[in-house]
Parts: sequence; C-alpha cells; structure tokens
Amino acid sequence: MREFAYQRAARVHDALLAVAGDRNARYLGGGTNLVDLMKCGVERPTRLVDVRRLPLDGVHVAPGGGLVIGATTTNSDAAAHPEVRRRFPALSQALLAGASGQLRNMATVGGNLLQRTRCGYFADLSRPCNKRLPGSGCAAIAGVHHNHAVLGHSAHCVATHPSDMAVALAAFDAVVRYQSLDGGGEIPLSRFYLPVGDRPDLETALPPGALITAVALPGVPGSLRSRYRKVRERASYAFATVSVAAALDVRDGVVRDVRIAMGGVASRPWRAGSAEAVLRGARPTPDRLRACAEEALSGAEPLPDNGYKVLLAKNLIAAVLGELAAAEEVG
Amino acid sequence: MTDHTRSGISLRVNDVSHRLSVDNRRTLLDALREDLGLTGPKKGCDHGQCGACTVLCDGRRVVSCLTLAVAADGAAVTTVEGLAAGGELRPLQEAFVRLDGFQCGFCTPGQLCSAVGVLAEHEAGWPSAVTADDDPERTPELDEAEVRERMSGNLCRCGAYPSIVRAVLEAAARQGGAA
Ligand SMILES: Cc1cc2nc3c(=O)[nH]c(=O)nc-3n(C[C@H](O)[C@H](O)[C@H](O)COP(=O)(O)OP(=O)(O)OC[C@H]3O[C@@H](n4cnc5c(N)ncnc54)[C@H](O)[C@@H]3O)c2cc1C
Ligand code: SF4
Ligand code: FES
Ligand code: FES
Repeated sequence: MREFAYQRAARVHDALLAVAGDRNARYLGGGTNLVDLMKCGVERPTRLVDVRRLPLDGVHVAPGGGLVIGATTTNSDAAAHPEVRRRFPALSQALLAGASGQLRNMATVGGNLLQRTRCGYFADLSRPCNKRLPGSGCAAIAGVHHNHAVLGHSAHCVATHPSDMAVALAAFDAVVRYQSLDGGGEIPLSRFYLPVGDRPDLETALPPGALITAVALPGVPGSLRSRYRKVRERASYAFATVSVAAALDVRDGVVRDVRIAMGGVASRPWRAGSAEAVLRGARPTPDRLRACAEEALSGAEPLPDNGYKVLLAKNLIAAVLGELAAAEEVG
Repeated sequence: MTDHTRSGISLRVNDVSHRLSVDNRRTLLDALREDLGLTGPKKGCDHGQCGACTVLCDGRRVVSCLTLAVAADGAAVTTVEGLAAGGELRPLQEAFVRLDGFQCGFCTPGQLCSAVGVLAEHEAGWPSAVTADDDPERTPELDEAEVRERMSGNLCRCGAYPSIVRAVLEAAARQGGAA
C-alpha cells in the first residue's frame, strides 16, 4: 500500500476543500471497499478524508411519504430504522441481504453507492482490465464470467455492480444528493450510473470531488408492499447472482403501479421499465406476470457461461411479483 | 491540513487507554496484534471475508482488518481478551466451552466478539435478512435461522457451526434475549 495522509473532516466544506486540493485524495466512509482495494493496489490515494464524523447521518421523514437518508448513515442503521422498514421494506431487506453484520456496521450509504465491481480481474493487477486500466482489455470476456452481466454490457467491460441497496433505490426512483465546491446538486439514480460504453472506468455522473450528502426517496405508491429477493451461491454473506426489488400497487384487482429493478445482471441496478408497462393497468394473473418477466429480460445478451442468469432472473421476477400480488389479495 | 503519513492516536482497548503513533496504513487489526500484543483477533483473510478479526468498536462489531487504526482514533475497542471481566467467563464463553463451539479455535475470538454484537443488535430490535418484515415494531425472536444468518460473517474452517449456533442460542436465553 502506498503511504497516504489522513484527516478527519468536521464540516462538509472542509472535506470538499481537502479533496479538491489533492488530485489523488479520496473520501473514506466505512473503508470496507476502499481499504480493501488499497490493499490490492487498485486504489492508490495519497490522502484520505474521513467523512464519518460529518453531520450527515440519520434518516429523516420527508413530506409525501418519502425519506431522506444521510450519506454517512451506516448500512445497519438504515436497515433497522423503523421508517425504512415500514415505508420501504425492500430497501431494508436489500441492505440486510448485503455483506455481513460487521461490514454493515461499518459501511455507509454513500460508500455503498460508490463501491466498485467484484469482478476478480479488476482486483488482480496482473490481468488486463479496462475498468482499472483503460485500454488494457477485458480479461473476463474470454475468462471467468459466470457471475457477470447479461444486460447493458459492452465489448469493453461485462462486470456487474455489486450493491444490493442500489437495486432497491432504483426501484423507488431515489435521488442522490451531493455537494461540491461549485454548489449542490441532485442526480436521479436512473442517471447516476453511466452506461458502460467504451469507458468502463467512468462509472457515475457524480462531478469530480463531489461529496454525496444524502439519498432521497420520494413517496411511492405500493412501496409499503415491496420486496427484495436475492439469489446467491450460498445462503448468506455472498454477492448476488441475481436479485430483484419489486413493488406492486393493486387496486380493484388492477395494477396501478409496479416497480421492478434487478441486481447482478448489469453494470448498474437495472430498472425494467418496459416490463413494468406490461403489467400497469392489467390484472396480475400468472400469465401476465410471466409475460412481464419475459419482457424484463427480452434484451438480454448472455455471455457463454452465464446464460443461467436469464432464466433465473425471469423466474425470480415472476415469483416476487406473484408473492406481492397474493399479499395484495389477502390484505 | 496535515501531510503526514503517520498519526498519533488514542485507543481505549479492553478498558485500558493507549497512545500510539501509527503509520496511516496500519489496520486496527495490526495495531492490536503488533503494537499492543493482543493476538486474540486473528488475521484470516485480511479482506473482510472471514470475520476472524472481529472486535467491538464503540460497542459495535466490526472487522478490524478493514478498519484503519487512524480512523479508529478515540474509539473504545473490545477484543476477545476483554470479554471475561475480572477473569470470569461470561455466559456466552462458558456456553462455547461446554457445547464445543470450536475445534481448532482459530475463528473463536471473532465468533465470540461477533456473538456479543449479535446479542446487542437483537436486543436493540434490529431485524436480519431472515426476519419476516410484517411488523417493523416487533423484535424478532432469536431462533436457529436468525442466529445462522446474523453470524454468517464469521466463517469456521472446522465447521463447528451447529455447536456455535447452540452456544449463541443458549447465551441468548440466559440473557433473556431468546424470548
Ligand atoms: C466480504 C464482503 C462482502 C460484501 N458483500 C456485499 C453484498 O453482498 N452486497 C453489497 O451490496 N455489498 C457487499 N459488500 C460491499 C459493501 O457493501 C461495501 O463495501 C460498502 O457498502 C461500502 O461502503 P463504505 O462506507 O465502507 O465505503 P468506502 O470503502 O469507505 O468507500 C467506497 C467508495 O466510496 C467513496 N465514498 C465514500 N463515501 C462517500 C461520500 N459520502 N461521497 C462521495 N464518495 C464517497 C470512497 O471514496 C470510495 O471510493 C461486501 C463487502 C465485503 C468486504
Ligand atoms: S469485466 Fe470489466 S472489471 Fe472485469 S476484467 Fe473486464 S473490464 Fe475489468
Ligand atoms: S481477517 Fe478480517 S475478515 Fe478475515
Ligand atoms: S474452530 Fe477451527 S476455524 Fe472455527
């Protein structure tokens, strides 16, 4: 690991100035991803600006049924918060499906959004990787890629985004709030992660040096009845092969609103807009749910060794929507 | 603004205060083991993947291999060495011994610190991934599935899981946490 300076920021402005003054500075949240990548030599910051003491933690109730979750709130505090559990169960479930109890106690909401891919070649300096070293190639395409993307990938990178939390946030149309020395701003999650294209190293629309301050969730019809389900290679403490966050609002037997987002299938949380359209205004019959799931994966282009994800994702969507529809009937 | 790559930090470890000068690269795990001679926390993977290095930091369980010592400045840390106050094993430790909660013992310091965290988290009403989220106000009952899920961040190469789960459940019952 390269030597680095460390400082604890007490005010947002101090943090912004410290990072602006050093091209190789990084914000430090829980460190669960950054410190790991520094050990691997993938990240080589010259300065860490610790943001955990900034007054940016906590969950606040917003008008209209929404919530604002501060960027330094730990993943465990966000998951256990009664209003998160009540208003956005799928978000609490997604957070709890991630990592381990220890890691969730450390990890922050801001850091979770910006965690890097778990593609093994990305962390292996001896192998080509366009995301780590632009132009060097992609070792995964002809290598081990059974857990890589089936949607939205490019010839330059086929990695997936590892966050569970971000999948639920995508389903709920969350907005990422940030501060920079040029002022503050908001980026809808749907535009936060950039399409892969030919620059997989450029991952988000966050301006350079900007500090994420919060994630805002608008009130969403049906969010109270939402669910996150994750399939992985062991029962717990593993990244998703495929996951689904879904919310369903049914009135008089007709779907008023539906949200579907998938994890483990693309370089970003994948909102299935055209599949939602199949269900909106219709009765959630098993055939309709199946048609919706088919539509969600209609654009899939699996790699040689990850075709299983397509069927898995379809089945998962149909199953989760089926459960939500059944719960609507009962309740 | 400091440009130093070392920092003076203070840590309160198992109720003893220490002043240390650490390279900013030093992890809390290495500071505990190398600088303070507390070799209870183990280095299994050094990447957050096994839980052997688990300690309590300001009362919360964390992996010390991904915690920078400098970022823990001012924290109160409890390692396995600090769990038996006054040399008296606490019920959790006693249950591990009596129910064979280990074989080689390498993962045990992390398992114990993690279990202390699990019991506190449960007492605070925190849910887990296997908690049915039908009533956010209700504290989930600790059963085998809950303990397995909550303890999943601690791997045991010897596969002592069934007895670890039994020991945690028994300690929870004794603390009144299982009901
Ligand atoms: C063994 C293991 C298993 C895991 N399993 C899962 C899993 O199943 N699901 C899952 O979703 N995740 C999983 N994770 C990943 C974990 O959730 C992330 O590492 C964590 O959420 C990152 O948060 P952090 O605060 O620790 O970020 P850090 O490591 O501190 O930072 C990550 C990045 O975000 C930047 N950053 C941090 N805060 C801010 C801010 N406020 N503004 C701007 N930039 C910021 C940092 O500069 C850095 O680039 C796992 C991690 C490990 C080690
Ligand atoms: S898939 Fe992306 S992250 Fe993985 S090796 Fe290829 S370029 Fe790198
Ligand atoms: S040594 Fe820290 S988790 Fe393995
Ligand atoms: S007792 Fe040997 S690793 Fe757990």
